[in-house]
Amino acid sequence: MGSGQREKFDNPVVEWVDSRLPVFTLMQREYGSFPVPKNFNYFWNFGAIAGVMLVTMIVTGIVLAMQYTAHTDLAFDSVERIMRDVNFGWMLRYMHSNGASFFFIAVYIHIFRGMYYGSYKGPRELLWILGVVIFLLMMATAFIGYVLPWGQMSYWGATVITNLFSALPLVGEPIVTWLWGGFSVDNPTLNRFFALHYLLPFVIFAVVFLHVWALHICGSNNPEGIEPKSEQDTVSFHPYYTIKDSFGLLFFLVLYCLFVFFAPDYLGHPDNYIPADPLVTPAHIVPEWYFLPFYAILRAITFEIGIPFTDIVFITAKLGGVIAMFGAIALWFVMPWLDTHPVRSARYRPLYRTFFILLVIDFVALGYIGSQAADAVLFGLPLSVMGLICTAYYFAFFLVILPVLSKKEKVKTLPNSIHDAVLAKNKSHS
Amino acid sequence: MAKATTADNKAHGESRRDFLQLTAAAFGAVGVGSVAWPLVDTMNPAKDTLALSTTEVDLSPIQVGQSITVMWRGKPVFIRRRTEAEIEEARSVDVSGLIDKQSDAERIERPEWLVVVGICTHLGCVPVGTKTGEVKGDYGGWFCPCHGSHYDTSGRIRKGPAPKNLAVPDYEFLSDTRIKIG
Ligand code: HEM
Ligand code: FES
Repeated sequence: MGSGQREKFDNPVVEWVDSRLPVFTLMQREYGSFPVPKNFNYFWNFGAIAGVMLVTMIVTGIVLAMQYTAHTDLAFDSVERIMRDVNFGWMLRYMHSNGASFFFIAVYIHIFRGMYYGSYKGPRELLWILGVVIFLLMMATAFIGYVLPWGQMSYWGATVITNLFSALPLVGEPIVTWLWGGFSVDNPTLNRFFALHYLLPFVIFAVVFLHVWALHICGSNNPEGIEPKSEQDTVSFHPYYTIKDSFGLLFFLVLYCLFVFFAPDYLGHPDNYIPADPLVTPAHIVPEWYFLPFYAILRAITFEIGIPFTDIVFITAKLGGVIAMFGAIALWFVMPWLDTHPVRSARYRPLYRTFFILLVIDFVALGYIGSQAADAVLFGLPLSVMGLICTAYYFAFFLVILPVLSKKEKVKTLPNSIHDAVLAKNKSHS
Repeated sequence: MAKATTADNKAHGESRRDFLQLTAAAFGAVGVGSVAWPLVDTMNPAKDTLALSTTEVDLSPIQVGQSITVMWRGKPVFIRRRTEAEIEEARSVDVSGLIDKQSDAERIERPEWLVVVGICTHLGCVPVGTKTGEVKGDYGGWFCPCHGSHYDTSGRIRKGPAPKNLAVPDYEFLSDTRIKIG
């Protein structure tokens, strides 16, 4: 980094710094003249948007932390104080709680974009894996953050999710006690969750750095899924994409502000305005919306795996659910090796495209199912059955459909170059 | 000959170096481990948390057929003074047909008193059925609304996703109307 040839800067101060530590050269190389495929669509905005949301979360979080008290007796009241008494406290908190939602919106779009256009395929496997790591860290951070206001959903969400680990044979119980620092979710738990909630976003920041580094080594994918071949295929990052990213970001922020200022509690759950009570479980525990699809997968497994007609059980329903839930994300890690089809973009893979769109619908359906009570019924069908069907499709997509399509799928003719594809598109428009 | 000696020496030197490297690495690993363990162990329950681990309960105000909830180690404990009918029901069940096979006798000190941890063994919700008027589930004990587990009058799991019976804490009768949990 920065050890190669360096061009002199006109500004003497910049030049003085840069000749000692070439940060300006680095910025210029990676964000100024950096060549980028010229055919990005708006789906390519969401990486930058996610980055802005990460910074928003860190900034609002640090200021909130100055007013927040991580103690079971005081946490709920300290958050209420932030809402009522601290100058602009309500705004900070709403920016932070809705910020988490919008961060996830951006990242989900970013991930599914990658799946649609085959961005996970070589040479970008590691870039993709780092992205999945970021997503896991985000889930951990958001889950822990939601515990901090110490409302009923905070407490019971924490209880149910930490109890997942008790499904592990033998080590399960000791692990749960260790996570809690006691015999139930209590003050030691809240205290350590706050410490971790402060730490993890900076870990995310570090992994984002690696993610972007890896991106700048192999370059961006693009909607055609073919590599740039000549200078005709690329434009410089600045000003073309600085402006396009800013434009998309503004739209995104307008939506975000609509929620922060006009529907700040729409995405939250009213029960979290009731202080945590270890003696009363809310009738219907739901996680935050961004966890719902995975929550539905967890609940879909209600059967155990063992030797039929005996009492021998290898995997209890509880453990099965936990394995399925974590497995659902773990599959993303190996996606580059499940889908070995040489063509990246779904534009040229009609079958993959169809199955992928079904997957997105399936994922949204899982989210809906996760939001409903376990015994709910829709159109006369028990939702638990639909949950199982949707879970089955989810796993089938990765474990069956991708490998089969890799071998069998016939593709449409690829364009010669990005430039040709852009020209062809412009021609068909005029 | 000279050649062989050099090769010998080299092999000799290499295995010596390997040995030193391996022992150094092993000691390093032990060193790191011995520092890491205290860090990990700080997160286990502290002494004051452990010190809170017994609770004494006065049973005298509880009427037959009534239940109360007390706190023990930050968890609810259900104490139910069972009616004759409830005791009978708990005893008459065919144990071999249960999800978690336990007879009523294994779960109690004195038939009239059932003491169980009020935490669903599925994912940790607090089942309802302790207060009068609450749903007691299909088996007259408790019902967990989170994912629908039914417990009987001995606190045993009878239906639903929970894998185990409600846990029975360690407790002893200090007198006829006083117990110590933990
Ligand atoms: C990856 C970035 C982050 C995510 C996804 C995230 C997520 C969350 C969530 C979902 C909540 C619960 C909001 C509510 O319902 O009230 C929360 C609360 C909180 N977070 Fe964060 N957070 C992030 C970064 C940070 C950082 C860097 C800090 C700085 C210490 C921080 C400090 C806090 C505090 C003090 C609270 C409790 C106050 C409140 O509930 O509003 N967060 N966080
Ligand atoms: S926690 Fe009780 S049924 Fe799931």
